[in-house]
Amino acid sequence: MPQVTLTVNGKSHTVEVEARTLLVELLREKLRLTGTHVGCDTSQCGACVVQMNGDSVKSCTTLALQAEGATVTTIEGLAKADGTLHPMQEAFREYHALQCGFCTPGMVMSAIDLVEKHPQGLSEHEIREGLEGNLCRCTGYHNIVKAIGAAQEVMHGRSATLAPAHAAE
Amino acid sequence: MNAPVVFEGIGASPKRKEDLRFLSGRGNYTDDINRPDQTYAVMLRSPHAHAAIRGIDTAAAAAMPGVVAIYTGAEMVVGSLPCGWLIHNKDGSPMNEPGHPPLAQGKVRHVGDIVAVVIAETRPQARDAAEAIAVDYEVLGAATSMAAALAPGAPLLHEGAPGNVCYDWHIGDLAVNQAAFAQAKHVVHFELVNNRLIPNAMEPRAAIGDYDRTTDQHTLYTTSQNPHVIRLLMGAFVLQIPEHKLRVVAPDVGGGFGSKIFHYAEEAIVTWAAARINRPIKWTADRTESFMSDAHGRDHVTKAKLALAADGKFLGLHVSTTANMGAYLSTFATSVPTYLSATLLAGVYTTPTIYAEVKAVFTNTVPVDAYRGAGRPEATFLLERLVDIAAKQTGIDKLELRRRNFIPADAFPYQTPVALQYDSGDYQSTLAQALKTADWDGFEARRKAAAAQGKLRGIGISTYIEACGIAPSAVAGALGARAGLYEVGAIRVHPTGSVSVLTGTHSHGQGHETTLAQLVTDRFGIPLSQVDIVHGDTDRVPFGMGTYGSRSLAVGGSAMVKAMDKIVLKARRIAAHLMEASVDDVEFDRGTFRVAGTDKTKAWGEIALTAYVPHNYPIEEIEPGLDETAFYDPKNFTYPGGCHICEVEIDPDTGAIEVINFTAVDDVGRVINPMIVEGQVQGGIAQGIGQALLETCSYDADGQLLSGSFMDYTMPRADDVGTLSVATHETLCTHNPLGVKGCGEVGAIGSPPAVINAVVDALRDYGVTHVEMPATPAKLWHIINSGRQLAAE
Repeated sequence: MPQVTLTVNGKSHTVEVEARTLLVELLREKLRLTGTHVGCDTSQCGACVVQMNGDSVKSCTTLALQAEGATVTTIEGLAKADGTLHPMQEAFREYHALQCGFCTPGMVMSAIDLVEKHPQGLSEHEIREGLEGNLCRCTGYHNIVKAIGAAQEVMHGRSATLAPAHAAE
Repeated sequence: MNAPVVFEGIGASPKRKEDLRFLSGRGNYTDDINRPDQTYAVMLRSPHAHAAIRGIDTAAAAAMPGVVAIYTGAEMVVGSLPCGWLIHNKDGSPMNEPGHPPLAQGKVRHVGDIVAVVIAETRPQARDAAEAIAVDYEVLGAATSMAAALAPGAPLLHEGAPGNVCYDWHIGDLAVNQAAFAQAKHVVHFELVNNRLIPNAMEPRAAIGDYDRTTDQHTLYTTSQNPHVIRLLMGAFVLQIPEHKLRVVAPDVGGGFGSKIFHYAEEAIVTWAAARINRPIKWTADRTESFMSDAHGRDHVTKAKLALAADGKFLGLHVSTTANMGAYLSTFATSVPTYLSATLLAGVYTTPTIYAEVKAVFTNTVPVDAYRGAGRPEATFLLERLVDIAAKQTGIDKLELRRRNFIPADAFPYQTPVALQYDSGDYQSTLAQALKTADWDGFEARRKAAAAQGKLRGIGISTYIEACGIAPSAVAGALGARAGLYEVGAIRVHPTGSVSVLTGTHSHGQGHETTLAQLVTDRFGIPLSQVDIVHGDTDRVPFGMGTYGSRSLAVGGSAMVKAMDKIVLKARRIAAHLMEASVDDVEFDRGTFRVAGTDKTKAWGEIALTAYVPHNYPIEEIEPGLDETAFYDPKNFTYPGGCHICEVEIDPDTGAIEVINFTAVDDVGRVINPMIVEGQVQGGIAQGIGQALLETCSYDADGQLLSGSFMDYTMPRADDVGTLSVATHETLCTHNPLGVKGCGEVGAIGSPPAVINAVVDALRDYGVTHVEMPATPAKLWHIINSGRQLAAE
């Protein structure tokens, strides 16, 4: 079986995979990083989104072998070693932007990439359009959009702390 | 222990206790669980809607790498997946109740019906082998629509269901109803389809069967909203496993919306097969399987007529519905169009006579069952569209027509003509608040401004009620339920005063770990961090009935209150002993026991410790420990209600439609956590907007599922749902100790008619009285375009 070597959340792994093994299968089944989820089989729902070489990718539509030499960050790799959450994680918690939690890892990973790629800032409309590749069945998106709007201020250094949810409304 | 500095009790919005693990990738969903020596199952599903199985050749597949076992209906001969609700026909005879074998027995009845299970060392190996099984099908004619299934000479799905009819049921006094119509000044007729939906919780269903031969112990990990119900149904009816030998675990579950209430074939298959091979077996649906095997929702075709007096007072309502059951009876399917829908046809109105009849029909489609709202959205959509149509026909303003017919706030308890007795509500107030928030009076100016931009703007309203907090066992039993519907709460106070709550309800997004803990914080005066909610494991939690019908707080929370009452009583007796006072003189308030009128106090932690270290203790009179269990059976359903207002804008050139504003004012009774209530309502509204504008399940005449993936079935995305204005207006439930009503389903119940009423309003110059859901751009464009042609001619 072919081998793939990649760095996941700062740790290097060399893993034997089948040629058809998907990146998400490698993460979930070989590395037991089960925070990345599979919600569909048509690359529509975004529950599987991870960051690979600085871009968000759908790990259900990426072959493990395509990740050769890649640097991958999953939801498990976002918080600091001391447990401090990434501003996007913190914003999702503050704004009640998750309910069942299943879409959440992919939603957070997509949101981080969306914000990072738009240093000039995103309007509510742009955030909604930017979430086109992620489905959530629980929240109605309302609080997800608010959370991303608040998180971008912290991520871009325009605000030192996250705006509290009720003050923002 | 001191009272918390930040108030975290009833009415506060602390951040959710469950969020940290979900945000860190540390959730524990069924597919995240791996058992030692685990194998993987793949279900071979029928590609045909209706076919006889002439033979199944598994020889080639069995010889493939990694294959451990293959089973078909020939090997797995077990009990039928049971239906939990018996409905009777008009003549009093019981419904037709054909069997539902987990693995097909000689015949398949819908695309997705399971023909064989392949178990292998890896999932890809199982999938490869499944493709190598040769099934000899004799394809039979399919009846996909209800009209096709009821037509003379239609293909027969089940020998035991002549004419493909499950039941022909009714409620109400037809003669009285006919007399009301004879008196009417106006009779308004309306026919509609309540579109079939596919629930699509984001986590696909999964199940792991595990078996220990040395103890004869079976374990099922499953994506369920109600693990005890699954244990009861599967253990007692399908596999004949006694309950002490069967553990069902529903860990973190990624959304349910009703679709994870039901006992599914795959659960029985992996449990049964794991014992055969003596190894754990994991099955996880891919989304394609979810589409063709999760129970679908809605799918009613209805004819209704409303009788009105000259002044607009409703005199009578007559409703005839055909309801699609799909190919087999799912767990609660039979109750949805009957006791969960027809009983809501009074709505918020004083209609004196209501007659409803429901014919339930088998078709070659996936079984249909409860989906968020379950019956109440269908009743609400019918009523709230009918009232708008009646307003137009009679020339009475749509708000005025509603107000004239509202049940007055001083008329509670209010007995409807369709069995239910509403305990409380204030429909004029929720209406007034919503009209103000939505700036109803300013709409005509907004319509004009939109028209100036070439857009068609419309506003729609819905004033609704629903019945939830399911349910009084005796009432449900009298109506055909085959189970009780109480709930359990077990409260364990630990020696140092922290608390574990064992609840029979199950959280799959609702935030019970926070809301239920707030009840304890509020009563015992301990911080939220000192309270953990345990759910989803039949080995840890006493027998409970699970989460559906917005029942967790109204029924499960009330059970907790009863258990906390017992604990407080016992703790006061211990405190009385320590303070050498009479128990009647010991008061308890949020963490402090006090001898009334004195400064003698004992803290919560001291009493807890004394209960477990009973050195100075009235051991002859009181047992050690501080651990109580209570079961609560509700006295009535709860009746949330409210008003939803939707404003839409349609681009006449493309048919594209946008929800501009959505306002909801809901009376869900006492609000425990406003943040969570808002989130529940927002999510429900998004699903309602989905039903109204985007979603529909589509089969072709041969029974092929056309909307079988997220490429084909339009789920609401972030740019389909605008900003949602959600508020509450409390009237308290009068019969449960918390005064709560339930908030899980109101969004999905109240919103679809508000959206379609807005669509029809936007199209008022185009001569339409109704637009079937979903009101897609294509449908709207055709309406507008044909209207333009009419105008041109």
